Amino acid sequence: MTEAALTVEKVAVHFGGLVALSDMNFSVGEGEIVSLIGPNGAGKTTAFNVVTGFLQPTRGAVSYRGTALNGLKPHQIAGLGLARTFQRTSVFPNDTVYDNLLIGLHRQSRVSFLDSILGLPRARSSERRLRERAGELVEWVGLERRGHDLAGSLSYGEQRLVGVALALAAEPSMLLLDEPVSGMNASETHTFVQLVRNIRDRGVTILLVEHDMPMVMSVSDRIVVLNYGRIIAEGTPDAIRNDPAVIEAYLGQGAARA
Amino acid sequence: MKAAVGILAVVALASVPLWLRDPYLMNALITTGIFIIGAMSLNLLLGFTGQLSLGHIAFFGIGAYVSALTSLGFDVGLPFGLRIVHIPWPPIAGFVLAIVVAGFCGYLVGLLSFRVRGAYFVIVTISFAEVVRLVALNWVELTQGPLALTNIPSITVGLPGLGDLTLRTKLQNYYLVLTVAVVTYLLISRLVHSHFGRSMRGLMENETLAVSVGIDVTRTLTLAAVISAGIAGAAGSLYAHYIRIIDPEVFAFINTVTMVIMVITGGKGSLAGPVVGGLIFGLLPVFLRPIMAPEAQWIAYGGVLIVILFILPRGIVPSLALRFAKPPKPIEARAPAAFTERDAKEHA
Repeated sequence: MTEAALTVEKVAVHFGGLVALSDMNFSVGEGEIVSLIGPNGAGKTTAFNVVTGFLQPTRGAVSYRGTALNGLKPHQIAGLGLARTFQRTSVFPNDTVYDNLLIGLHRQSRVSFLDSILGLPRARSSERRLRERAGELVEWVGLERRGHDLAGSLSYGEQRLVGVALALAAEPSMLLLDEPVSGMNASETHTFVQLVRNIRDRGVTILLVEHDMPMVMSVSDRIVVLNYGRIIAEGTPDAIRNDPAVIEAYLGQGAARA
Repeated sequence: MKAAVGILAVVALASVPLWLRDPYLMNALITTGIFIIGAMSLNLLLGFTGQLSLGHIAFFGIGAYVSALTSLGFDVGLPFGLRIVHIPWPPIAGFVLAIVVAGFCGYLVGLLSFRVRGAYFVIVTISFAEVVRLVALNWVELTQGPLALTNIPSITVGLPGLGDLTLRTKLQNYYLVLTVAVVTYLLISRLVHSHFGRSMRGLMENETLAVSVGIDVTRTLTLAAVISAGIAGAAGSLYAHYIRIIDPEVFAFINTVTMVIMVITGGKGSLAGPVVGGLIFGLLPVFLRPIMAPEAQWIAYGGVLIVILFILPRGIVPSLALRFAKPPKPIEARAPAAFTERDAKEHA
């Protein structure tokens, strides 16, 4: 493992009496693809929300490239280069795909408020750059034919792709994908895996939450397994595949003994 | 095409005083124009950020009072033996101050309520308008209370080479209001098409996602509230210097409702919506007056509102735009260089 980009230390999240996460420790190295897996309710999405600032942990600390994330708001964490996608609400439904990306390129716009009101040349050239960039992103995720359709009218799988493009629009150094291939068929999933590898090859670190085991096994460098809010295993796909604790968590005790 | 329609509309509106001589109708057009400016400012919040300000008239009224008091001057005692004496300033200074003070109030209201939003914002704005109305009613030393501020001077503009021009006649005020309305329209248009406008739209459609792409909720919404309130303040100032008398009744809830109706029927979230809705509901009283008592007119408004929204549920402008929409042209395909190279290598 290379130098750690994201470090999660002793994080616990309690919702009233319910312990969603207890004492979670893991780290993601620069340029790694790490997957977070576990049965439903294991705390994967909670972990995601803590890292991206949508939830404050009850205890523990999260840091990214040496900066502590505790107490930061989601848009500030996005500003540090951490971008995420969402399970369900991955698009701005009433805008075209193209406009979605223009919204996503928010952080790339360097013009001041006054410049854009007055329509100064600086604002116009920046606007032109943003439009070009939006076009590139649309094309990169393979949605150029859908560019002028309302994002809300796209299929589930296509909306996922818009979600990824939106996250990439912020030019993140780390991307967190929350169940990105659910709702995709096998060939869409295959294309998506290629896309994820492509993104990593650009130097973007990736943390993935996913239920599709073949996808996780094929794409991950390392896998972290959560169950009942704690980490029960961590290692390479091969090690995880043969880990008795993991098999037990997924299939029950009988299967582990068999 | 869109620009042509806009220019045509402005030319048509500018030509009205040339053939319309009826002072009553001119008066109706001027007050309608002022309310349309107010409705446009409300639309900026309601249509583009999704926040309903049901006390929007407060910013309008604050603008009216600030502008009137600036140009009339006042002498007010404060606690601890302090006194503020203000010597009258030219009305144009009042106009600018109206925008600044109303904008600042928008900032305070936005800062207080955008932490919670939705229904809470509605309640905070209603309460704010009510508090301001009570202040205007009871701080008699400053506002004359129900006795009203009277003799408010007309706006004087300095024209280069022509000296000062005091806008007393209906004709002059008509063009003043038209000019401010056109500037407001262009300003809001610029705003919503800028990246700032896209942030507002993103927040309205999917706040969680908007935040995750780095949009600052509080800053965006507060800025929208400041601009919206500032424009409403400008409309209030125009109103004060045109009518030349204001009393606390300007803060009446019905005035906010009128603006909301203008925005909703015209189409919230469309730039021309408040203009179309404003013209309908601003001029309806003129045509109903000969045939209906004022009480019955309110019932007629309700009827018109229901019929319009029944036929065109999104409001007039968006519904018609949708009906006549042309299929959009496809995005020009341009290969992103960085990736074609890599893809080519992989395939090789």
